[in-house]
Amino acid sequence: MSNFWIGALEQGLLFSIMALGVYITYKILDFPDLSVDGTFPLGAAVTAMFLVKGINPILTCLISMCAGMLAGFVTGVLHVKFKITNLLSGILVMIGLYSVNLRIMGKANTPLFNAKTIFSGDIPSVFVILALALIVKIVLDLLFKTKFGFILKATGDNQKMVTSLGIDIGMIKIIGIMLSNGLVALAGSVMAQYQRFSDVGMGSGIIVMGLASIIMGETILKALPIRFGTACALFGSLLYKASIAIALRAGLPPTDLKLITSIIVITALAVYNGGFKMKIKRNLIFGGVKAVTNTKSA
Amino acid sequence: MVVKQKSSVLFVVLLMIISLFSGCSKAQEITTPTNKMVEIGITQIVEHPALDSSRQGFIDALSSKGLKEGENLKIDFQNAQGDIPTAQTIAQNFASSKKDLIFAIATPTAQAAYNATKDIPILITAVTDPVDAQLAKSLEEPGTNVTGTSDAAPMGKQLELLKMLIPDAKKVGILYNTSERNSEIQVEMANKLADEYGVEIVSSGITSTNEVPQVLDSLKGKIDVLYIPTDNLVASSMALISQKCMENNIPIIGSEKAHVEGGALATEGIDYYKLGFQTGLMAFEVLNGSKPENMPIETLKDTTLTINSDTAKKLNITIPQEIIDKAEVIKGGAAN
Repeated sequence: MSNFWIGALEQGLLFSIMALGVYITYKILDFPDLSVDGTFPLGAAVTAMFLVKGINPILTCLISMCAGMLAGFVTGVLHVKFKITNLLSGILVMIGLYSVNLRIMGKANTPLFNAKTIFSGDIPSVFVILALALIVKIVLDLLFKTKFGFILKATGDNQKMVTSLGIDIGMIKIIGIMLSNGLVALAGSVMAQYQRFSDVGMGSGIIVMGLASIIMGETILKALPIRFGTACALFGSLLYKASIAIALRAGLPPTDLKLITSIIVITALAVYNGGFKMKIKRNLIFGGVKAVTNTKSA
Repeated sequence: MVVKQKSSVLFVVLLMIISLFSGCSKAQEITTPTNKMVEIGITQIVEHPALDSSRQGFIDALSSKGLKEGENLKIDFQNAQGDIPTAQTIAQNFASSKKDLIFAIATPTAQAAYNATKDIPILITAVTDPVDAQLAKSLEEPGTNVTGTSDAAPMGKQLELLKMLIPDAKKVGILYNTSERNSEIQVEMANKLADEYGVEIVSSGITSTNEVPQVLDSLKGKIDVLYIPTDNLVASSMALISQKCMENNIPIIGSEKAHVEGGALATEGIDYYKLGFQTGLMAFEVLNGSKPENMPIETLKDTTLTINSDTAKKLNITIPQEIIDKAEVIKGGAAN
């Protein structure tokens, strides 16, 4: 496998950490959290600030994660305590963070070529990222199996039930959003160390990438018998990055890059959802209703 | 059964996609004789007139030296369309397909290229401060596989021109994108020189084209003239900026020729085409064996004075004859 595909794999794994974060809010809490467009570069900005000062890179990752959780806390409080709608809470935090990120770095672009990062060691970066992504995935899987995990899931599915158990649903939401943004900021931190610079413009389109990854992963993995959950985010992110890589390698005019990426994703989903021949077969097997819900979810 | 069928379909689809693309890239490799061809990868962060013309200048410079696209030169041009992670993928693509040289336009793409390879020579342009971006140890001797040109605009000359055309100007507004390090550097330079030219700098940040009208309206009455730095976002919004300023009777001093073409009054600035051309000549030297680490990063020595006569007429500004004699006078622009 050439460096190019390893690079695409690295980025896919890296962004899967972000997608896992988005998974918590979007899939589990049913909370479309747009603040991640701000928390991703926040993680990068905090990382840049600390790495330039020579702080330990792993410690820096953790600090970035905490910064993301703090931002998530603000989004949560805006929504839960101030009763601002979920979309607007996220947007407000996203906008605000832009200025915060500029303040943190002191400038728009901080290079990290001379700083010590988590990739400075001898281990190839693909393994470092793989390890990180797997740790995050496994920790989340374990968390979802705890009592707190069940409450978190129930908060998204059936709020009344959770309230009837005497649990403060607002608190659970806030913790979930914090967790989500913490992961997104961690991904931002790893990205800054990976590309060796932090740029205030890094966050644009992150939420789109996160949602696309989850939905792609979910659509394609739902074929498998076991419910994977977090694997959707991981797998989807890999697929999404692979789509961009394929679009780049296809040798088509550079102006069409985004269109090609989108067409590849559409094709994968359409073929898989039975947009073509499969539809007739599926209608026979599942009946029409099921086929309709399938197309809806993509 | 059903489940199995589904996953096998998925597998077949994935195989098809992979084989489709691997197939076509292989075909390309076979048909091109790589031993004679010079392969150059060009990576650009976003589409806009200044960056596009620097790319054109680069290609023209190579062709003036006998390297013609399709004959003995193969150019792989990729544009990240504003997405920084994609710039990283593009750079990795160039590094792994072992290009002879990479031409990186603007700071994030240059950084991505430098991150992807420390062996392949990287020629940069439209990076205002390559040392600040940690691409080079110093301008005189980069010490890395990076060399090229900086688009640092001669701020002193610009302010001089500004005072000559609008002698009463006291407050100079600067509109810039707060997410571009290049622009921040220019604002810092302007602030440093402000006292010398007896002006006060009022800098205003924007983060998207949509904010331009509001920000310009808020500047009305607060500034006598607007200065536009070399800034990717501002360059993309030039038409809107000049239209809005014309409505409010605020003259614009641009920092590059494309700004004046877009309706700014004048500039004593750099021409990105020439900058790209100069970078192309350096690239030719590198292809002939010069080492980037010893090649100083250049700036454009001769600036071009450009004046938009239509804009001057509209704003009722009479341009001194001595300036007109030196200048390249153009007409038109978005505001006219």
